[in-house]
Amino acid sequence: MGVTVSQYLAVSALLFAIGVAGVLLRRNMLVVLMSVELMLNAANLAFVTFARMLGGVEGQVIVLFVMAVAAAEVAVGLAIVLVVFRTGETTNVEDVSSMKW
Amino acid sequence: MNEYALGQGLWEMGFAAAVPFTLVALSAMAVLLADLWLLPSQKRALPWAALAGVLLSAASVAFLWNEEATGFGGAIRLDRFSAFFAMVFLLGTGLVVLLSSAYARREGVERGEYYALLLFGTSGAMLMASAVELVTFFLGLEILSVSLYVLSGFFRQRPASAEAAAKYFILGAFASAFLLYGIALFYGASGSTTYAALRESFGSAAFPYSHGLLALAASGLLLIGLAFKLGAVPFHMWVPDTYEGAPTTITAYMSVVSKAAAAAAFIRVFGASLSSLQQDTSAVLWVLAVVTMTLGNVVAIAQTNIKRMLAYSSIAHAGYLLVALTAAGEAGYSSVLFYVLAYVFMTLGAFGVVSLVRKGEGGADAGAEALDISHYSGLAGRHGLLAAAMAVFMVSLSGIPPTAGFFAKFYVFSAAVRAGEVGLAIIGVLNSLVSVYFYMRIVFLMYMKEETVPVRGSRSRAGWVALAACVLGTLLLGVLPSSFARLATESIASIF
Repeated sequence: MGVTVSQYLAVSALLFAIGVAGVLLRRNMLVVLMSVELMLNAANLAFVTFARMLGGVEGQVIVLFVMAVAAAEVAVGLAIVLVVFRTGETTNVEDVSSMKW
Repeated sequence: MNEYALGQGLWEMGFAAAVPFTLVALSAMAVLLADLWLLPSQKRALPWAALAGVLLSAASVAFLWNEEATGFGGAIRLDRFSAFFAMVFLLGTGLVVLLSSAYARREGVERGEYYALLLFGTSGAMLMASAVELVTFFLGLEILSVSLYVLSGFFRQRPASAEAAAKYFILGAFASAFLLYGIALFYGASGSTTYAALRESFGSAAFPYSHGLLALAASGLLLIGLAFKLGAVPFHMWVPDTYEGAPTTITAYMSVVSKAAAAAAFIRVFGASLSSLQQDTSAVLWVLAVVTMTLGNVVAIAQTNIKRMLAYSSIAHAGYLLVALTAAGEAGYSSVLFYVLAYVFMTLGAFGVVSLVRKGEGGADAGAEALDISHYSGLAGRHGLLAAAMAVFMVSLSGIPPTAGFFAKFYVFSAAVRAGEVGLAIIGVLNSLVSVYFYMRIVFLMYMKEETVPVRGSRSRAGWVALAACVLGTLLLGVLPSSFARLATESIASIF
């Protein structure tokens, strides 16, 4: 019994929702970063599923692009977390709030 | 194949469409390499190298001004629209480079990466405006965003700058993920990611998804990503903190280039390709426009930091842009183009003045940036020219004739009225009345108050050239708007 397209898409939507919840609810910057990655990978899963449904390879090629972009984003993101930790000794997003209003 | 045939082959592939931003990206790499080779005493040449790259690319855009080409399998397109936006981005980048040549050295961040990242960001923005395929647009957006994440945290030692970068990065990456998921849904619905395919499938009644939940979800997700870049409420939370913490020249760059790029992509996707969904999107845009204008203007009144005040003012201006996007049609979209051009001059000018004003002798932190609004008290007595320039930008930002800001708002609101959005236009005009208060407060402080803290203006010649260009542009667009308005209309006509 094969897995249907809508089942793949349901998993993708679920992953995306978990990622959104992680960004909104977790306070550690590294976990937030991981949650963003989860959202990007949910989109990747949707691309691959649609590519299979449509019988093309375009969606699979797009995934490679997205992976490259995600890698660049993580590199910069981790560097920023490092700088924040060096200047403020914290990776908690709630502690990073010197500016108000 | 001889060289001539190769050149012709590339031309027929539509390579011309890629020339302008490829030149910018190549000069970014050249700046990076030059930074390695130059001796520390020669690093002053870096901004000029970056400026040369900008001018080179601008020359290529001017050369290709009347050309039309679609390249790389229908991924990017060169037309009057992308040429117009390329010129806007290059103008903004050139002015920021000039302002930076004084600012970055004084703040001790004059490194090759600074200028290289500025140029990379510009190439990303140009890619966004010329993309006619969703994934190419996404790549352009990411090139611009990743460069800006780094640049906004460029003061590595300062907690405020690190915080600015962290907030921008987290919310920016979050918004990009939404955008990407929207692209995935569009791909699934229409089987392709080119704008042409979107227009074809979502325009036809036979298409199963043209008004369904999938179309709404996909365009909603895309809208979130773009609204974030535009700095529209409720996706504006990063704007004040990032604008305040980032280096002032980078704040100027962000407010101008990234906003204009988002507007360009918006027009290409929602205006030219998904016009069948217009009824659904314009209701959302109406609400976004009203909240964005109102929140921006009302909160700006309460600010004491000038960068933060200008940040809220830029949120308000995003609201005016949204009014024009709600109005849609050729009149609405060409008013966006005029607005963006006017916005480059007046906002870059205002941030430029901020980047040139410093605390004077006598205090413990002499030479630090004078960022409190009260520091501007009595500026006219000490630095008449600087105060006069700032007054011109404030007058223009509040939309008083004879400046660029007046006609920019005039075209936006008249387009809204013509599209039947009279209520929206009235709310917009009321909002600009509110904004007069906090813009004119700066003018009042500069001219009517006594000096409280001694401040001094930078004598950087490059900075002054940039300011003079901004003043000239602001006044020119205010005195002779019609030829620029025609340019905007022609550019819009090239994509419909």
